[in-house]
This record gives sequence, structure tokens and C-alpha cells, in this order.
Amino acid sequence: MAIRPSSWAAKSAWLLAKDLKSEFRTRYALNAILMFALTTLVVVSFSFGTSSLSSRLTSSLFWLVIFFSSMSGLAQVFVKEEESRTVSILKLVATPSTVFLGKLLFNLVLLLLLEIVIVPLFIILMNLSILNLWLFSSVLLLGSLGLVCATTIIAAIISKARTKGALFAVLSFPILLPLLITAIDGTKLSLEGQAFSAGWSDLRLLISYVVVMFTASILLFDFVWSE
Amino acid sequence: MISLEVKNLGKWFGRRKVFDAINFSLKEKSSLVVTGKNGSGKTTLLKILCGLIRPTKGEVVISFYGKNLTRDESKNLLGLVMPDLELYGELTALENLVFLSRIRGLDPGKDELKEKIARVGLGKREDDLVFSFSSGMKQRLKYAFALLNSPKILVLDEPTANLDEEGISLVDQMVSLQKQRGILILATNEKADLNYGDQTIQLGS
Repeated sequence: MAIRPSSWAAKSAWLLAKDLKSEFRTRYALNAILMFALTTLVVVSFSFGTSSLSSRLTSSLFWLVIFFSSMSGLAQVFVKEEESRTVSILKLVATPSTVFLGKLLFNLVLLLLLEIVIVPLFIILMNLSILNLWLFSSVLLLGSLGLVCATTIIAAIISKARTKGALFAVLSFPILLPLLITAIDGTKLSLEGQAFSAGWSDLRLLISYVVVMFTASILLFDFVWSE
Repeated sequence: MISLEVKNLGKWFGRRKVFDAINFSLKEKSSLVVTGKNGSGKTTLLKILCGLIRPTKGEVVISFYGKNLTRDESKNLLGLVMPDLELYGELTALENLVFLSRIRGLDPGKDELKEKIARVGLGKREDDLVFSFSSGMKQRLKYAFALLNSPKILVLDEPTANLDEEGISLVDQMVSLQKQRGILILATNEKADLNYGDQTIQLGS
């Protein structure tokens, strides 16, 4: 049998393809995420109605909806492998870095799918006008990347624990707090129509967060995955 | 030439000792049977040999043509069948083998994979979801997976569990073939399976 010199990225893409196929057949995480997102959105829109909210409060609500919705699904990425007892076969056939990148990409796709539904709905229900779309999109993209990097490694850590839900919240809160505060601030500036340069300090912080979290996660993952 | 050496291996889960000071070495065309009562650490030992968990002390050295392999390199030469090793239920038998070979860097054609599935007696079920398989059929598919890379080291935990007579005779053939081309390690308590090995280790004694 021919051995193809597959790259790290190509093997991770196979893992991503497998996870997407499994997800669309079982809807293990997708249904939970979408239901949570829709419920939260409806509650928020009914609570505030047509009242005029400050840009800070609106951007806080926006990130709260994304944060809580994603928490219900992104944590499942390793739990599912543990529960279906497929962890051993994955450990046997794939290197830790391949697994981490594949799972991270899967969580990113899941979060982007969630945002495709949530963002337009939030804009419509809250009657929002985004005055600086470029800044808004940049903050959203970088915030999502940071969220995915952090939740993927936390999901790997908690997958072997008995009290997964509680542990996920306890570990996530301090790690995600700087990301959420920065993303809320950047979103607020975009809603106020501030220039791109005004949000640059927030964007730099988000880029740094993504780079640090991705590097730390890749370095840590081998230890988390191997025991 | 493949060789495997286990040096002073020990494993603890917290304060509980599973086993300690295990030493053995195996060369090409040799086989080992690991026996012992339930909880004596047979499966744990096999998982350590395959690099799925780390030992608390000691080491496993796998050499191929004189070169010591890293944990990830040695996994490419291994085939493993064990109850803990589940295949993806939401994928078909063929999709499982395609995914598991591609992520390993192997590039078999679909026809080649279909032939491997047929060889373990699942020829007409290749496009069925593994969820719908009986435990015996799942066990047969695990053998198809284990032999995907023509392993230099084949590790079997309870090799004949859930298999019917036809399945057991398939295992007999695979074991005979493996003894000619590499190393065979199996853990069992079945008296009939003890004949598969030319060395035996008893754990928990």
C-alpha cells in the first residue's frame, strides 16, 4: 500500500471532514448550539424590546449570546470522542498536533455557522445599525478565533473529568475574560462608528491573545491528550 | 527487522499499583501471550506498548532496522484490536477505513479497502453504518482496521471475543500470518488462545 507523505494540515483536514460528516449525521453539538442561541436571542429581544440601549450594553449582550451559545457546543468536541470510546483509535492513528488542529478547525466551523445565524438575527431583533462594518467584522473574526483556541484546549482538559460542565465554566471564565472584555470594547467602537484606527489597540490585543493561546495550546495538548 | 524491548515497566493509577518491574524483549517472528485475572493490568500493559498511555516508570523501546523509533513513529507499525478501541458508529464501514488510513498517511484505493472488508466477512455491509453492526461484526471490522498498514507488531486484547467459529478461524489465519512477518502480542484468559504465543507472561501473580 502506498504511503502518502501527507502534511500535518492535510491529516487535520481529514479529521475535520470526518467530524463534520459525523456532526451532520448526529447533530450532537449543532442542535444544542442553535437552540441555545435562539432561546437567548429571543429572551434578550423580549426583555429590551425597542428601548434604546447604549452601545456598550448592546455589545455586551451580543458577546454574551455568542459566548453562552458556543459554550454549549464547543466543549463537546472531545467529550464526544470519550463517550463513544473512539479516543483510543484516534490516539493510535493521529499525532496530537493533528488532532488539536482538526478539532480546532471543527470548532471554528461550528462557531462560524452559529454566527451566520446569530449575527443577522441579533441585528434585526435589536434594531442595530453597525456604523463601522470593517471594525465589527475584524473584532468578530478575531474574537471567534480566540474563543475557539481557548475552548478547544479547555474541552480537551475537561473531557476526562466527571463534572465536565462545572469544570468547563470554572476553567473558561478566567481564561476568556480578557478576550471578552476586549471584544466587547471593540464591538462598542464599531457600533459607535469610530474609525478603524480607534479600534486598533483592541485588535492588537485580540491578535496577541489568539497567537498566545494557539501556541500555548499546541504545546500543552500533547500532555493533555497522552494521559 | 523489528524488535520490542520492555525495560522495568511499572504503572500506578494514583496510589494503586497495577504492575511493576515488567521486563521482556521480542524479536521478529516471535509472539507473547499476556494472561492474568481481571484487573491485573493486561489491557493497561497493551495500551502502554501501543503508546496510548504513558507508563509511570520504565520504558518501551521499539526498533526498526536498528533505529529506535519515537512513540508516533512506532504507532505507524502497529495494528491493534481491543474492546476499548471503538470504531466510529456514525460512519459506514468503508468510511471508517478511508478516514483511518488517510489520517495515518496511507493511500489505499476504495477497491483495496473494500477487499479488506470482504476478507473479514463483511463484504456486503461496507456501506452500512457501524452503529447497525452486531458486536461480532464490529470485532471483524476492527481486524480489517488493524491490518490496514500490514503491521510489524500486531497487538490483540481478547482476540476471539464476540466472534463465531468462522470469525475465530479468521483470527487463526491472521495470527499465523503475523507470526511469520512480525511480532504478535495478545492478552487473553481463554485457554484456546494460549497456544497462539511462544512466550507467556502472567500478571498479578
